[in-house]
Amino acid sequence: MKIRYFAWLREHIGVSSETLPFDPSWVSVADLVAELKTKSDGHAKALSDMTLVRVAVNYDYVDLDHTLSDGDEVAFFPPVTGG
Amino acid sequence: MTVIVTEDDFDLAEIYAKLRTPKSPPSPGAVTVFVGLVREMNNNRPITSMTLEHYPGMTETRLEAIRDQAMQRWPLTGATIVHRVGKLGPNDQIVAVGAASAHRQASFDAANFMMDFLKTEAPFWKSEDTGDGAEWVSARDSDDTAKRRW
Repeated sequence: MKIRYFAWLREHIGVSSETLPFDPSWVSVADLVAELKTKSDGHAKALSDMTLVRVAVNYDYVDLDHTLSDGDEVAFFPPVTGG
Repeated sequence: MTVIVTEDDFDLAEIYAKLRTPKSPPSPGAVTVFVGLVREMNNNRPITSMTLEHYPGMTETRLEAIRDQAMQRWPLTGATIVHRVGKLGPNDQIVAVGAASAHRQASFDAANFMMDFLKTEAPFWKSEDTGDGAEWVSARDSDDTAKRRW
């Protein structure tokens, strides 16, 4: 599955996207976050306080308990500041 | 021209002309166009430049959805959202939202609604440079409050 990061999350993690093989043991976005946090200090820092992070799956905003499927595109980013 | 995300500057006259004279009837009796600009100062510090990052694909999807919601909620003859990305300078145009309808209230309300939803749902992030380093702009609680009134 494709994971994307934007703004300061991208800066902390050091890449704008990465691809991970889907693990059927992940039920929700929260499980994926737990897995990602083990990848590097940058990941752990960026995802340490999920109240500061918004999550989108296939371009729709979701909560941490959203169920993941193989092939999903999951994006992590701060609250938006356009306009 | 319905939803556009671009690095290029936009021409307000062109946006207005398309809302004023749609390709198919009915013609509107009122057009509201809002333009957002890069502020020259933020928190009493002069801004030298602003960079707008976005999530290609999701940005267009969310903006189309916001425009569709406005079209369903008000009797509009047309609606447009144009948003710039990339590096901008003080006083540059960032965003234009336009709505046309038979009477003024629907066009005012629809333009206002599209801006409030864009502010909280469209995946754009501003980074401001004041000369001593760039900083990500924080989201404002007042934007969430503004959205809730709809």
